[in-house]
Amino acid sequence: MTAAVPHAPPAAPMTPHPFVVQRALPETDDTFTLELAADRGFEPLAFRPGQFNMLYVFGVGEVPISISGDPATPQTLVHTTRVVGATTRAMRQLKRGDQLGVRGPFGTAWPVEEAEGQDVLFVAGGIGLAPLRPALYRVLSRRERYGRVVLLYGARTPDDILFRRELRNWRADFDLEVHVTVDRATREWRGNVGVVTALIPRVPFDPRNTVALTCGPEVMMRFTVLELQRRGVEPEHVHVSLERNMKCAIGLCGHCQLGAEFVCRDGPVFPYARVRRLLDVREL
Amino acid sequence: MTDPHGLAPLLADHPFFRGLKPEHLATIAGCASNVRFDAGAMIAREGDEATQFYVIRHGTVAVESFAPHAGPVTIQTVSAGDILGWSWLLPPYNWQFSARAQDLVRAIALDGTCLRGKCEADHDLGYELLKRFAEIVAQRLSATRLQLLDLYGQTPARP
Amino acid sequence: MATVEYTATLVPAPRLQAVFDALIRRGWTVLGPVRTDGVIAYGPVASTADLPEGWGDAQDGGQYRLVRRDDAAWFGFAVGPHSWKRYLHPPAFRLFRAERTDGRFTVDPGIDEPPRLALLGVRPCELAAIARQDRVFLGGPFADPVYRRRRDRLFVMAVECTAPAATCFCASMGTGPGADAGYDLKLTELVDADRHEFVIVAGSRAGADILDEVGAKPASQDALAEASRRMEAAAAAMCRTMPGDARGVLRRQLEHPLWEEIARRCLACGNCTMVCPTCFCTTIEDTTDLTGRSAERWRRWDSCFTAEFSYIHGGSVRRGTAARYRQWLTHKLAGWHDQFGESGCVGCGRCITWCPVGIDLTAEVAAFRTADAASSP
Repeated sequence: MTAAVPHAPPAAPMTPHPFVVQRALPETDDTFTLELAADRGFEPLAFRPGQFNMLYVFGVGEVPISISGDPATPQTLVHTTRVVGATTRAMRQLKRGDQLGVRGPFGTAWPVEEAEGQDVLFVAGGIGLAPLRPALYRVLSRRERYGRVVLLYGARTPDDILFRRELRNWRADFDLEVHVTVDRATREWRGNVGVVTALIPRVPFDPRNTVALTCGPEVMMRFTVLELQRRGVEPEHVHVSLERNMKCAIGLCGHCQLGAEFVCRDGPVFPYARVRRLLDVREL
Repeated sequence: MTDPHGLAPLLADHPFFRGLKPEHLATIAGCASNVRFDAGAMIAREGDEATQFYVIRHGTVAVESFAPHAGPVTIQTVSAGDILGWSWLLPPYNWQFSARAQDLVRAIALDGTCLRGKCEADHDLGYELLKRFAEIVAQRLSATRLQLLDLYGQTPARP
Repeated sequence: MATVEYTATLVPAPRLQAVFDALIRRGWTVLGPVRTDGVIAYGPVASTADLPEGWGDAQDGGQYRLVRRDDAAWFGFAVGPHSWKRYLHPPAFRLFRAERTDGRFTVDPGIDEPPRLALLGVRPCELAAIARQDRVFLGGPFADPVYRRRRDRLFVMAVECTAPAATCFCASMGTGPGADAGYDLKLTELVDADRHEFVIVAGSRAGADILDEVGAKPASQDALAEASRRMEAAAAAMCRTMPGDARGVLRRQLEHPLWEEIARRCLACGNCTMVCPTCFCTTIEDTTDLTGRSAERWRRWDSCFTAEFSYIHGGSVRRGTAARYRQWLTHKLAGWHDQFGESGCVGCGRCITWCPVGIDLTAEVAAFRTADAASSP
């Protein structure tokens, strides 16, 4: 079971702390990564994989973005984001030396400790690979504690594949199976074409001893769970990361509610069994 | 008809044929042969008569369509464990898409024309095969719909 | 923990002014009911002369009128559009100011020093509402310092209800018309042709000190019995009730066509959320001045009825009014239980009165209950 509260909840959770951009990297057409360091006099932000920060662009706005870096090296705070509105558009313009306000970390974490001793299946769709990456880092850093480790990743087109170099390294260096597929191929693409759920039947794993972590658009996660269930993985062992409108990130503004769950505080990582009924009701 | 190539055990192993009566399996095996395609080889061409379907045992096959301005576009890939081709089942018995081996592909080819005849003669066999193909088509349709939704696009379509 | 039992006192109406004076001397700002803009709202009161003597209210679905009473009661009404929520959970609050120079910015949360407020005329339903919001803002993993500071600087004078409105249903919610706890002083008004006095009992040391200073005499058995009688009469006079097990019923009927039927009437105006004493949703607004050098972040009341409330990725999760009304009602009567261990509704009836089309949540829950009973095996 995922714990509800991070190690050390921020003392003044409504005040952004200044972080400075160390590197700004474009990833694809609409996705970019910012590597941040805490400004002078401020502590690095220790976090657990799956948590998110509220990122503030001075005078523009604030958005919730999952942390996508390595929890073992919190001195570099990494966020990979898609441009979806005014604030993320402004974030993309940031350069080395620019400042960003950071509030966090908030939310629940991927159950990487609880998964020790089992097979771990990561199923990522689109930008969903970014919130899963910290969990991958964590699992790979203690590789001997896990059984089979598999990453299934679906991207829109080959040009939208994130962390390409890392994917190749993971496949090459570690005892980690990596399967990538795209919804739409280009002329040159020689890999899989089709939905990421189609990769699931191809991977041998023990459904009774597997923890599945999935992140991506809600429709994709629903179908992923269906496919995993077909393989015999119980919904209690599948964990999803949900998104809702967030303003305060501390469970007090009411915006992120899904049923009685505050996604910012009881999530964003949930065991699927806990939210299954809620996701089934339209416009809940 | 006996199993000239001894493929019944191989077929029995495959999830698609699981649960079939031994005599049905033998009948199907009677229409089966072992094939292999080198990387890049065309397995089927759009428009050609669909006389066979394939049980992929190894390798990846790209299901393609040819667009004049874009050349061949891969719509889906199927690989080991998947079934390729159902156009042999329904008139006009022509391949709707092309299929090309992306790498070395080993498969069991099944003679569709031969099997069709056997299904007409033995409706039980026909029903068993149609049940299984219906499931495959349903899965492919579901997968295709998900691709259509363009979930990772800028403004994802909502269900 | 031993509960202190305070002696009930009887205070003649003219003497109530002494309570005001004692509070003002101690530096409290007294807020109480005042007649303004055709309603009884809450505002500063310096003396008993400011109270709406002889006024009552007639309320029903979508209706509110002040009416003249035939006595000189100072608290002869139920509740108006204001609740005390605005003083503990301010409608607008600046979270910080920020200044930018040369690409670096500093954030200044500022100093928050709210005034010390003595609230006169807090109805039992409102005491319950404050208790609900205490749980929300102070009971979770992240407490709200804005609420905390205001909550710590409060003197509460409860007034029991002897004249419930037609929209009140606190009795069925277990939150009124009388109160047992949560106040510094509790007043019960006894008024008719021959008398005007108050049974006042302290609920805290601070309240007891005020009573001592005023020299209040113990109340007689008659007075206490009269007070009891009026409370019973008030409870019996209520004509609306919330059906039992609203929580279970609504949870089971999340997809019932009745929601769409309500949506045909509901304007999604959000009045209910504004007047509700327990609704707590807020939004965060980031602004900047024209030079781009100064920025502010404000926290403001928000309503789950707005189209953007559930906005994500280019659209809203709750697109239609039915979904939004359902969110409000099920959060209030069901989700609140899971989140805070109790119902979010205190039976004050404001949402019924101030709904422009008079939607009555007690009637809607009754309708869902009928549907629920019909659908179960």
